[in-house]
Amino acid sequence: MIFVTVGTQGHFDRLVRTVDEWAGKHGRTDVFAQTGPSDASYRHIRSEQFVDPAKFREYVESASLVIAHAGMGSIITALELGKRIIVMPRRASMGEQRNDHQMATAKRFAQQGRIEVAFDERELLDKLDHLDVIDETEPLSPQASQDLIASIRTFIRTGHVDVEAHRLRYDQMALQNCRSSVPSARREDTGLDFVRSSVVVQIPGAVGSEPK
Amino acid sequence: MLQTKVRQNDEALSSQSRANSPKLLAVASGGGHWIQLMRITQAFADCSVTFVTVHDSYRNQVAGHNFYVVNDANRWRKIALLKAAAKLAWIVWSEKPDIVISTGAAPGYLALRLGRMIGARTIWLDSIANVEQLSMSGSRIGRFADLWLTQWPHLTRPGGPYYAGSVL
Repeated sequence: MIFVTVGTQGHFDRLVRTVDEWAGKHGRTDVFAQTGPSDASYRHIRSEQFVDPAKFREYVESASLVIAHAGMGSIITALELGKRIIVMPRRASMGEQRNDHQMATAKRFAQQGRIEVAFDERELLDKLDHLDVIDETEPLSPQASQDLIASIRTFIRTGHVDVEAHRLRYDQMALQNCRSSVPSARREDTGLDFVRSSVVVQIPGAVGSEPK
Repeated sequence: MLQTKVRQNDEALSSQSRANSPKLLAVASGGGHWIQLMRITQAFADCSVTFVTVHDSYRNQVAGHNFYVVNDANRWRKIALLKAAAKLAWIVWSEKPDIVISTGAAPGYLALRLGRMIGARTIWLDSIANVEQLSMSGSRIGRFADLWLTQWPHLTRPGGPYYAGSVL
């Protein structure tokens, strides 16, 4: 099954229409699309405007391929369930979104190689025609990076967190990847002055406040 | 007999730990914002959590926690924004959270500002979707966020936002 999804924020008929035509041409009858607030109808694929979150996850789970707008909900769900995903970003110039932030998201994720990105209909058709070369991905763990979890947790408990440590670690990673040009200049002026005065106030009863 | 005593101890322990655990208000709009919030819930393990979002259909994902729905507002829809602000003010006032955290967007911005007014600690985690610049809410929340985070190292600046990892 192929699951197409465009989120809830607006129509994205350009994406669904392209997949509909491809399905017709290749005799695929196992395509289901969530089309958002759109009145368009399709000849070769089944569609619904909206599906609830539980159903949404079920569709992704049972799909062998997800085709989506470049929305984080779609991308993260597909990655969590280890599904192959092709995204096509919405464009502001076509009235598909207020700004082009999906273009930026898509570009960045394409560089990282986590997902397949088609920037227009032609590229989407090309990727669909070469489905066999898209690899399955390892499912993502259900929670964020341990760095992030630990930082937020520490901050909740104590009102402090040393975010600079993460920056330095990132710098080292960047150096290893031979992309060391950016952060060194920044490091000097950030210092360790992250903790704002308001943060230092301990909330009575908060976990981590010392027992009297 | 022994069992009863153990259970009483357990109950005493859990109600005690609940009384001591910080009250956290976690706010996110729909879609990607909500999914990113779900990916950091492990960080709230020690807290008594109340969730606020914009669709009732998310309720089952956080069963057992307090759950509220507000209008899906953005800065283009003034009336919805006012309604959301009024409801959030009521939620913040009645829950009196120690901490307010949000992954965006507009309702989270409002919740952090309201939380600040009652002395709550505030955390903003800007969406990973914002890779070229912070979201509108995310860039304006800096002054009101005690912990102000982006998920992209190249968007950090002296004084914030800071980078401490991402939801992926």
